Amino acid sequence: MMPDRKSSLSSTLFDVVVIGAGVVGCAMARRFTLEGARVALVEKACDILDGASKANSAILHTGFDAPVGSIELDCIRKGAEEYRQIHQDMRLPLDAAGAYVVAWNDVEVARLDTLLEQAHRNGISNATLVGQTVLRDNEPHLSDRALAAISVPGEALIDPWSAPYAYLKQALQNGAEVFLKCEVTGGGFAGGEWQLETSRGVLNCRQVINCAGLYGDYVDQAVLGLSDFLITPRKGQFLIFDKAAASLLQAIILPVPTARTKGVVVCRTIFGNLLVGPTADEQQSRDEASTDTASLEGLMQAAIRIIPTLADMPITATYAGLRPATEQKEYRIIPRPDSNWITVGGIRSTGLSAALGIAQHVFAQYRDWGAAHEPLPDPRVPQANILAEQSARAWREGGQGDMICHCELVREAEIRQALTGPLAARSLAGLKRQTRVTMGRCQGFYCSARLTELTDGHFDIPLAKDIKHD
Amino acid sequence: MTDQIDVAIIGSGPSSLSAAIELKALGIARVVVLERDPEAGGIPRHCGHPPFGIREFKRVLTGPQYARKLVATARLVGVEIRTSTTVVEARPDGKLLLATKDGVAEIAPRRVIYATGVRETPRSCRFITGPRPLGVVNTGALQSTVYLQDRTPFERPVIIGTELVSFSAIMTCRHAGIKPVAMIEANEGVTARWPTGLFPRIVGVPLHLGTRLSAILGNRSVTGVEVVDRAGNHRVINCDGVILSGQFTPEVALARCGHLAVDAATKGPVVDQYGRCSDPCYFATGNVLRPVETAGWSWNEGRQTARWVAADLAGDLAPVGAEIEVVAADPVIRYVVPQRLSLAAGSAGMKHLQLRVTRRAKGTLVAMCGDQTLWKMPLNARPERRILVPVGKFTAAGKPVKIELKFIAE
Ligand SMILES: Cc1cc2nc3c(=O)[nH]c(=O)nc-3n(C[C@H](O)[C@H](O)[C@H](O)COP(=O)(O)OP(=O)(O)OC[C@H]3O[C@@H](n4cnc5c(N)ncnc54)[C@H](O)[C@@H]3O)c2cc1C
Ligand SMILES: Cc1cc2nc3c(=O)[nH]c(=O)nc-3n(C[C@H](O)[C@H](O)[C@H](O)COP(=O)(O)OP(=O)(O)OC[C@H]3O[C@@H](n4cnc5c(N)ncnc54)[C@H](O)[C@@H]3O)c2cc1C
Repeated sequence: MMPDRKSSLSSTLFDVVVIGAGVVGCAMARRFTLEGARVALVEKACDILDGASKANSAILHTGFDAPVGSIELDCIRKGAEEYRQIHQDMRLPLDAAGAYVVAWNDVEVARLDTLLEQAHRNGISNATLVGQTVLRDNEPHLSDRALAAISVPGEALIDPWSAPYAYLKQALQNGAEVFLKCEVTGGGFAGGEWQLETSRGVLNCRQVINCAGLYGDYVDQAVLGLSDFLITPRKGQFLIFDKAAASLLQAIILPVPTARTKGVVVCRTIFGNLLVGPTADEQQSRDEASTDTASLEGLMQAAIRIIPTLADMPITATYAGLRPATEQKEYRIIPRPDSNWITVGGIRSTGLSAALGIAQHVFAQYRDWGAAHEPLPDPRVPQANILAEQSARAWREGGQGDMICHCELVREAEIRQALTGPLAARSLAGLKRQTRVTMGRCQGFYCSARLTELTDGHFDIPLAKDIKHD
Repeated sequence: MTDQIDVAIIGSGPSSLSAAIELKALGIARVVVLERDPEAGGIPRHCGHPPFGIREFKRVLTGPQYARKLVATARLVGVEIRTSTTVVEARPDGKLLLATKDGVAEIAPRRVIYATGVRETPRSCRFITGPRPLGVVNTGALQSTVYLQDRTPFERPVIIGTELVSFSAIMTCRHAGIKPVAMIEANEGVTARWPTGLFPRIVGVPLHLGTRLSAILGNRSVTGVEVVDRAGNHRVINCDGVILSGQFTPEVALARCGHLAVDAATKGPVVDQYGRCSDPCYFATGNVLRPVETAGWSWNEGRQTARWVAADLAGDLAPVGAEIEVVAADPVIRYVVPQRLSLAAGSAGMKHLQLRVTRRAKGTLVAMCGDQTLWKMPLNARPERRILVPVGKFTAAGKPVKIELKFIAE
């Protein structure tokens, strides 16, 4: 089959097309580019990170509680390790908060031993059991109902958006291409080549990696005509408390996990807030990440049970995210050598930590099939956006223009910057993820008006229209 | 030292500017107003409607006219106004970290006045069900978009709430050709004082009392709201935006993230009858003290606070010592301000304590000290209306006690 020139999106025959710009797709595009492949990333939304990756707890997990011997564990360990290797060069933040897995009743206390054993078997040798006194000394604001805990010093906090942006930026700076607002709808495989049909035209490539997250099964269905799993989104809602609350905790407070969920976490965020969540509820919709009053009130109760002084702290934000859960806990990484296709699905609740490791894992698979590329000898290393509270933020510098967002201290120059380049924000959600604008305590009360002016002409759905006076 | 700042005021709304003008009139040499926006004037800058200025200038002005007049007066009497200057940290003993277009700088004025005002609470604090589409805004964001940018975020919004500011929202909509499809109030009556209750009907906005917002609908943009009436019936009102009006909260991030005591009830800084905060270098005035009063009221507070600050600089204000603590100890009583009353003799401070109730309340307000009843007074109040109790009723206790305010229904 010859590609139809007219509807072709690019004349390049790519080595690899990655479907989906979630954190997994971004890490995938980076790994394959660094290994010397010609990569295209296609994403149906107008901004990247618009699916499962738009909302998570932003913890860089160690894998202490991951199933022993699982691919998930392997990817988390490799991913976290690579993150630690690259974070300084790419200016990515890492808050080595450490975690306590806290037991709140005798049943949970009894389970700590098994959990500790699992942590040790998973290679987390510095995990230890700590008693009530140590816990209280280190976390004086924690409720006295906390009985004992496992300390996991390796659990850390990262920036959930700047990291994947930086991965993709590195891919782009080293030759990859990205096609946004480009939905993969079908395709055909013949003679070792794929013709992928997208809403913007046909793309040709040798290898496809399906990283479509919440739509992973749909994409397999649409293009391959089969899917080995069904995604049932599992929603997680969150409460974000005011920055003043961040000083109430040092470590990440994790509950003793159950089979279904990691449970409600309380931790600081890299942006200097305090996060409580997520809940876990299955739903059918793959797009609607809505919050509901009852769940938010439930989280509020949970928050106060864990840290009583939170009762007097104002809420900054509420949001929800969708986990791409399947019938199994394990990742659904499915190599299909006969059709040059790898499905990377069901990256449920650890994808932020594991993304770089998943990319390594998938590349190793691809190499085993005989693909040969020369790794880039001297790849360019981009600098991530500096949004972490403790970093040298732009508001401290001169020459960055007006302060636009007063709560998150975002300058005009940062906003203008995020509105340019190949990953220019095309929606308020995209702009938020790149700058944090409107994500603070006033949620746009003070800055929305200036934003309508600065973003005029940039967004698919404009924030405001000119008034017609008669 | 000639470059020593005597008083720095954070914010440049009506309370700040009246305090600054009064401080100059009282002979304070160097008074600096710090405003994070590019223009001074505070909230009235985007309230494009009357009435402002009656108390201050004996004239009826629009918000922007009023703000400009206050700014001009302040400049005329020698107040330094620094715009595009954000106070990012307020530290012990009055040291302030400023972020300006040129970078960061520190100042160490002798006294600081917090005059950072109030804002409306966003959607997040209200735990509203639904996805998070564009087009859900507070009145303040709508006003600044309409009056400062000549733009509008929607054409047919629903207005939530019936406080005074909700009616400002209607006026803002009218100015911009926006046609609100409904105004929704959970209570059985309009919150704002009569006869504004007639206003929405006059301008053709259907008013739904006893109706609660239960969800916002629409994934990318608002497509409607779901409401519940008294009988528990749910229905959908189609609209393309939501105005979350009122439910004010002090803009007190600096104090909360810093070292000042913040009151859980007002959500503003804890003050004594001189507006003095827990660090006596800091004073607070205007709406940051409590949600919410009018511009005129805030202006008047600013003027008075200036006198106490001037007295303090002159060494005439008694240092913090024995204090009476006043606590709202009943769910009906929403807050009380000031929360502390200094017992040391000194210049006269606020004449009244300000109270508000959480719901319609008819009965008796009781002041208790332990088991002992100090005094009682009849109370007939509605939410969002000011209640004033003379300071003397509390200071009569004469010693540093904790006075709890309770309510007995009729
Ligand atoms: C509540 C919650 C808390 C979490 N906490 C953590 C945590 O603390 N630490 C951690 O490591 N992980 C955490 N996670 C997990 C992590 O967020 C996910 O594992 C990860 O985001 C999955 O990313 P993804 O790239 O696989 O999927 P997605 O982010 O969904 O990316 C898929 C992309 O594909 C696009 N797409 C779909 N169909 C098509 C098509 N046909 N054509 C083109 N593009 C398409 C989508 O638009 C989307 O952008 C959490 C998740 C949730 C929901
Ligand atoms: C949306 C809205 C509409 C209103 N409409 C009316 C009305 O129609 N009529 C009426 O009488 N009252 C109205 N009010 C009440 C209003 O609060 C008062 O009119 C009056 O503006 C209060 O004055 P203020 O000086 O206390 O604070 P504000 O006028 O709120 O001024 C506070 C100033 O402090 C600045 N600031 C805050 N933090 C910092 C910082 N860290 N560094 C530097 N600067 C800072 C802000 O930018 C702002 O300019 C309204 C309030 C709101 C929120």
